[in-house]
Amino acid sequence: MKKVMMGNHAISYGATLSRVQVIAAYPITPQTQVVELLSEIVADQKLKAEFIKVESEHSAMAACIGASSAGARAFTATSAQGLALMHELLHWAAGARLPIVMANINRAMAPPWTIWSDQNDSLSQRDTGWMQFYCQSNQEVLDSVIIAYKVAEKVLMPVMIVLDAFSLSHTYESVDIPDQALVDKYLPPFDYKYKLDVQNPHTYGGLTTPEWYMEFRIKMHEAMDQALVEIKKEAVAFKKVFGRHYDTVDPYMVDDAETVLVTSGTAASTARYAVDQLRAKGKKVGNLRMRVLRPFPFADVREQLKNAKKVIIVDRDISYGYHGIWAQEVKSALYGHSQVPVWNFIAGLGGRDIFPETFYDIIAQVGKKKKPDQELYWVEVKR
Amino acid sequence: MKPTLPLEELMSPGHLACQGCGAGIAMRTTMKAIGHDAIFTFPACCWTVIDGPFPYSCLEVPLLHMAFEATAATASGIKAAMDTLGKGKTTICGWAGDGGTFDIGLQALSGAAERNNDIFYFCYDNEAYMNTGIQRSGATPYGAWTTTTPVKHFKKEVKKSIDDIVAAHKVPYQATASVAYPEDLYKKLIRAKEIRGFKFIHILAPCPPGWKAKPEDTVKLARLAVQTGIFPVYEVENGKYLQTIKTPTRKPVLEYLKLQGRFKHLKENDVAEVQKLVDSRYAELEKRFSEK
Repeated sequence: MKKVMMGNHAISYGATLSRVQVIAAYPITPQTQVVELLSEIVADQKLKAEFIKVESEHSAMAACIGASSAGARAFTATSAQGLALMHELLHWAAGARLPIVMANINRAMAPPWTIWSDQNDSLSQRDTGWMQFYCQSNQEVLDSVIIAYKVAEKVLMPVMIVLDAFSLSHTYESVDIPDQALVDKYLPPFDYKYKLDVQNPHTYGGLTTPEWYMEFRIKMHEAMDQALVEIKKEAVAFKKVFGRHYDTVDPYMVDDAETVLVTSGTAASTARYAVDQLRAKGKKVGNLRMRVLRPFPFADVREQLKNAKKVIIVDRDISYGYHGIWAQEVKSALYGHSQVPVWNFIAGLGGRDIFPETFYDIIAQVGKKKKPDQELYWVEVKR
Repeated sequence: MKPTLPLEELMSPGHLACQGCGAGIAMRTTMKAIGHDAIFTFPACCWTVIDGPFPYSCLEVPLLHMAFEATAATASGIKAAMDTLGKGKTTICGWAGDGGTFDIGLQALSGAAERNNDIFYFCYDNEAYMNTGIQRSGATPYGAWTTTTPVKHFKKEVKKSIDDIVAAHKVPYQATASVAYPEDLYKKLIRAKEIRGFKFIHILAPCPPGWKAKPEDTVKLARLAVQTGIFPVYEVENGKYLQTIKTPTRKPVLEYLKLQGRFKHLKENDVAEVQKLVDSRYAELEKRFSEK
């Protein structure tokens, strides 16, 4: 069934179709409609779940950790400051190997106060042990929630679904709501082997000496390696049932492209419009949309960029005193494998729109240069 | 002789509590009442260590270790899961120290109390951050030495009234208890297990290293705290106060203070100040005890 819906509601439908059993959430703009719709769905008993209206995001994640540990499929959604408040427990959820799924609406961090989009909030959580899937459309948002539980429950690591504030969260698009029976077949009920069980009592997360701590950590890393395999597998499996394909990266006209614009989130759709316009003028430009941040798809990135003469990474985020965060990631994948010069541009922070002109400007700045003449370029900044 | 408590132990020997640890007695008694059909969650606290390092545990129930400030929210999450999975009969217990309750965990505690989540929240109160090496908490009483309230600058603030804070949430059941009166604690827990909603149990648990007291004086101190009126033992059910260990004549606070090195520096006028504070707090509670 097709329905016109906002990105936030696509999350709610994704969670409902996934038959989540415990939801714990705290409101924050621009996430609120996710939990408003879910609270209605639960109250109307259209979904058999408990909804805990907690008093903070920290408690939202704590409740999800408790619920998941007890064997329930747990869900929450947040944004920016809320995600940052959860930070301690993001490590905890991953360290406890809990397949929690959370949606994060990308909102820039304060101060100064802002509610508009950039990716610093989620990218700052890069090293917490969460998988991160960046979405480009409301359809992808809904589908990604379902896929996320499938992958998370296989490898026992949590997943963050990430979408841009407003340009997805509050933008209405036509979305196909998959048939519940098909989703049920694709995503079986969560059967957690390590749940808190009074018949078989165990202690989880207890004090661990240097003798064993590293063994826990290598298992997390191996789970992430396996997650990459599972994501690729599910890309095929999901397409077979639902007809839509989501891989780790999403290339657009990169095969013969001399210049590849690397983006993530909704900036990709603008980049693709710019690519079309530039192609019409005979410029061989392509776009590579990064979908998965963790586990990082090294091989796919190298493969997609192998023919490029120039790579331009446009980051909607910044690691102060360094590069954009996607640039660090992509460059690190290319290092030792490719001689392609890499430019890094920072654009669209704090919800500043990224227009096709932004990309034309970036392409013009790179021009005929053989390699970048500075570490980092900022575009469209008032001085 | 008929035993006053069940003989079955759900807490095994080999745990890592210090000699004379009040928190150990508190758990041992609690487990006898709560039983096997229970799940516990601990924040960072002495019990993180007492339970034993990975892969050991001294408790015969499932236990989830959790972050410092998250006890009540975590317990709420476990409870929600058990309800939705059709296992609602299992008793869900948060078990935290005073730092994790009075201070860093207060927000989550307040949230769960306001939502009236059907869980037990236990606070075993040893009146300072003992696990990190005796730093003052919001539960440290006036006059006490700690490593962050050294003798020259002993604690000048009064102990936070956590029980009044919880009472302001109008929870269905709350109680104070002392490890010197295990039958009283046991009875309260058996009663509270029948009550749906948020249950707050505040247990005074003396700490020999932190209080600079003799390990063999733990129970004596826990009893003196009640007999002096420093830690009145009562319950509140639906707003109705009931003093379960009566203290018609109270002993002077000096009898309690003088057994503890943490109060050794107090001069006569300081002790008088402690007595005044205790009298005034006790009078407040007495009014509530006598309300019909």
